[in-house]
Amino acid sequence: MREDLQHAVKLARIELTPEEEARLGSQLGDILKYIDKLNELDVKGVEPTAHAVPLTNVLREDQPGKSLSHEAAMRNAPQTANGLFIVPKIVE
Amino acid sequence: MPHTLTISQLTDKLAQGELTSREATQACLDRIAAVDGQLNAFLSHDPEDALAQADAADAARAAGEIKPLLGVPIAMKDVIAVNGHPLNCASKILGDFNSPYDATVTQKLCEAGAVIFGRVNMDEFAMGSSTENSAFGPSRNPWDTGRIPGGSSGGSAVAVVADECIASIGSDTGGSIRQPAALCGCVGLKPTYGRVSRYGLVAFASSLDQIGPLTKDVRDAAIMLGVIAGEDQRDSTNVPEPVPDYTAALTGDIKGLKIGLPKEYQVDGLDPEVKAATDAAVAELEKQGAEVKEISLPHTEYAIATYYIIATAAASANLARFEGVRYGARVDGASPEQMNRATRGAGFGEEVKRRIILGTYVLSSGYYDAYYLRAQKARTLIRQDFLNAFKEVDLIASPTTPTPAFKIGEKSGDPLQMYLSDIFTISCNLAGLCGISVPCGFSKEGLPLGLQLLGKPFGEPNLLRAAHAYEQATDWHTKRPQLA
Amino acid sequence: MEYEAVIGLETHVQLRTRTKMWCGCVNEYGAEANTNVCPVCLGLPGVLPVPNAEALRKTALTGMLLNCNVPSYAKWDRKNYFYPDNPKNYQLTQLDFPSTIEGFVEFEFGDGTERVRINRAHLEEDVGKSTHFADHSGVDFNRAGVPLLEIVTEPDLTGADMAYEYLNALKAILEYGGVSDCDMEKGQVRCDVNISVRPIGQTKLGEKIEIKNMNSFSGVRRAATYEIERQIGVLREGGTLIQETRRWDDAVGVTESMRTKEDAHDYRYFPDPDLMPHAPSEEWLAEIRASVMELPLARKQRLIADYHLPASDAEVFVGDAALGDYFEVAAKGAKNPKAVANWVMNNLQAKLTETGGSVADLNFEASAVGELVGLVEGGQISSKIAQDVFVEMFESGKSPTTIVEEKGLSQVSDSGELEAFCNEAIEANPGPAEDFRNGKEAALNFLKGQVMKASRGKANPQMVGELLKKILGS
Repeated sequence: MREDLQHAVKLARIELTPEEEARLGSQLGDILKYIDKLNELDVKGVEPTAHAVPLTNVLREDQPGKSLSHEAAMRNAPQTANGLFIVPKIVE
Repeated sequence: MPHTLTISQLTDKLAQGELTSREATQACLDRIAAVDGQLNAFLSHDPEDALAQADAADAARAAGEIKPLLGVPIAMKDVIAVNGHPLNCASKILGDFNSPYDATVTQKLCEAGAVIFGRVNMDEFAMGSSTENSAFGPSRNPWDTGRIPGGSSGGSAVAVVADECIASIGSDTGGSIRQPAALCGCVGLKPTYGRVSRYGLVAFASSLDQIGPLTKDVRDAAIMLGVIAGEDQRDSTNVPEPVPDYTAALTGDIKGLKIGLPKEYQVDGLDPEVKAATDAAVAELEKQGAEVKEISLPHTEYAIATYYIIATAAASANLARFEGVRYGARVDGASPEQMNRATRGAGFGEEVKRRIILGTYVLSSGYYDAYYLRAQKARTLIRQDFLNAFKEVDLIASPTTPTPAFKIGEKSGDPLQMYLSDIFTISCNLAGLCGISVPCGFSKEGLPLGLQLLGKPFGEPNLLRAAHAYEQATDWHTKRPQLA
Repeated sequence: MEYEAVIGLETHVQLRTRTKMWCGCVNEYGAEANTNVCPVCLGLPGVLPVPNAEALRKTALTGMLLNCNVPSYAKWDRKNYFYPDNPKNYQLTQLDFPSTIEGFVEFEFGDGTERVRINRAHLEEDVGKSTHFADHSGVDFNRAGVPLLEIVTEPDLTGADMAYEYLNALKAILEYGGVSDCDMEKGQVRCDVNISVRPIGQTKLGEKIEIKNMNSFSGVRRAATYEIERQIGVLREGGTLIQETRRWDDAVGVTESMRTKEDAHDYRYFPDPDLMPHAPSEEWLAEIRASVMELPLARKQRLIADYHLPASDAEVFVGDAALGDYFEVAAKGAKNPKAVANWVMNNLQAKLTETGGSVADLNFEASAVGELVGLVEGGQISSKIAQDVFVEMFESGKSPTTIVEEKGLSQVSDSGELEAFCNEAIEANPGPAEDFRNGKEAALNFLKGQVMKASRGKANPQMVGELLKKILGS
């Protein structure tokens, strides 16, 4: 796999088997080649579109709503203790 | 045979007292038991819960309640949250996740009295065009079980066409409702972006995703849209447009309606049978008084590249939450990072990994301007193409897919070829339009073909009017596959 | 060679709102772990954020208090990084179009007033809180999604003490505006420091080094002091500095390298598709502008100028804004505002401390305190009587004038009446009278006390003294 794609794999936190890495590397290479098609396009002066609809100022008032019960919040957790979601030790 | 009924037929019979919701629901459950072994449309369903909802609906009807979907069994794509039900997105990574909340669409269907039962199959996280990317095995096309049903809402289409439910809910990011509807032979409606709340729809590409119905006819699509559309305070992208009575648009009168045929849609690889069926369908619309003219969508050839940048970038962030901390199937590791990597490596299927990596890549340092920003600008141009075209025409007609359903496994080794088959459906999402696919014939091999109509933002009434008028003149939508 | 430090601060402040930034969960500190959580702030599959209008109002208000512009367009971006306390593994923030930009903070430093430019104050969301155990960590998401304002300065600070004073001034402003409670112990304020050093006279900036992990303003000061010395030391010894992030170890008092530029994060920012841009209308801004209050430094300067208060008094009223407001009403039209200030700071404060109440709980108007001081100043009652009247005001809520009239507490200044009191006192106490005549000045105070007692405190003490002297001296 290309180095810049490996960087993306690392950022995305996805473990790949060597076979996956080889296969995805070549497929993504093809896809990126295809996507390069966009370079033909003259986009000078074109505004980017981030949303399909032009809305602004969609806000909610500062009113409390319903929270989940503690049980419902924790019920899908892989590991819990003392009311906390437990993960491998965080070391910075 | 209550399971073969449409929504309007069933609700009539329920109202007349000729049928109960329990009977209709039981018929769907029996049908699943009989045929789903060969189709794999349902990932899971809870007969007891379904019948309890049906009984409640029957009791409500007995008490005089009138609701648009009271007692109608509806199947839900496994990407929409239903409180107390599994939510897997056809992925291993969610493990035995059970949703503690309802999507807005779920709530609206409940309020309308629907019996929400079953989780139907899909491409993992709605990424795919064949339902082969499900971690729980592909769904199969009811017309030829050696072929794909389309995707990503493949299970939703199969369940409707195989009469395992009365109607179903799907989601469409680049054609995921319309394409399986076309390949299986039912009606699939993608509403305008912002028309239906996305709250509770597990996000793939947030600026493209939209929930919509898959139904046995156009009237049912209009009924379903009327139920699920509308304002929602929990979705900032939801547009506060009033919801009209969509069934009122089904007048059968399309005289003077202007329909555009994009010249750029005459692509290489367009199957002659598909082209012939679409031409015939357009001729039928013309016969009924529609005015047909050629239009141009000059940036069509950039749509797929644009789509795969914007959609995968959003997905790379949207799917970052699946990492084994708060829910899902964790694979242990010595540090959070190792745990995340192992969990995501084991939990995601290959197409999902491919798209997350691609999306991460196009956003990563040094590539943003070249890929992501450029794609956002290309999106502006593509949207502008459509807005210009809609100054001249009311609707745009095309095939839904370039070919009929292909064989399972045929394209799975070549993702790019798979992506390219989305050419007719993808721009609709980039431009935020509405679109529908209706059955418009069969190939010589007996595979369904679909006509796609696209409408301007919030142009669902015209879209449904034209689709309905066409449907009235044909009987493609009434054909059903023979299942052993 | 002499070196100088260039410092910029990034301060994160939790906004005081009832609910979180994107959902209706309560924004409160100290609840049981994972009880103020919902599908949205837990980042469950399928959820969407909707911005809290009050958080945007408070952000705009902060911008105005920091002399910033509030641009007509702001948008939201996703900042992507994995961390167990980050529920979506992206943080919603404002990258290139923040809600407020380009302001400044003024504060007293050394002998004068300093101005530090603000680059921006942008809105984002807080993350959960981790607790560490032997082999594992645990995460509480109650804090996740609490609105967080990041206030970024330009590199205008030149030393650790100046950074410290800036932070105190910023805190005072935010508290004043009701924007944040700024409780460091509750983690409501967190600060990162960017430090570089360069030879004096050089215009090019040195390598920027970011310091994290300070839990108090004094920690910031100590960390900055240490880091500036460390950097200068490295350069003096001929070493080179590299751009990096360092962690402050408060117990040991040193900074340690965390990561260098090479392994810096690649945050992959992009516009959030779930949130629509914010385009503040003129009406919306005008409404907020109307609620902009005077800043602490300006108020202090005004209190000194308008009321002739000493700086220390002005600081008391700036430090306790409610008391300050109370004082200003009480002192309205007062001939001697300093006397009013004394009453408010001493008598009123003491009484409030005793009752555990605040000025908002008082059952009399602030103007009544001015009135009371006026009665003393005008000689109508003595300061001793005033104390009694004050107690009565607390109990009944009646005005001082009414109390004085009802209880007949008016000071006796009629010399005939007073003379009678004095003669009685002299007759009853011949010894002390004699003592005074023999030159024992202190005896006069005893006699004065007797007169005051006989008049039940109403006698004008000054006149009593003069009358006694006159009678005994004749």
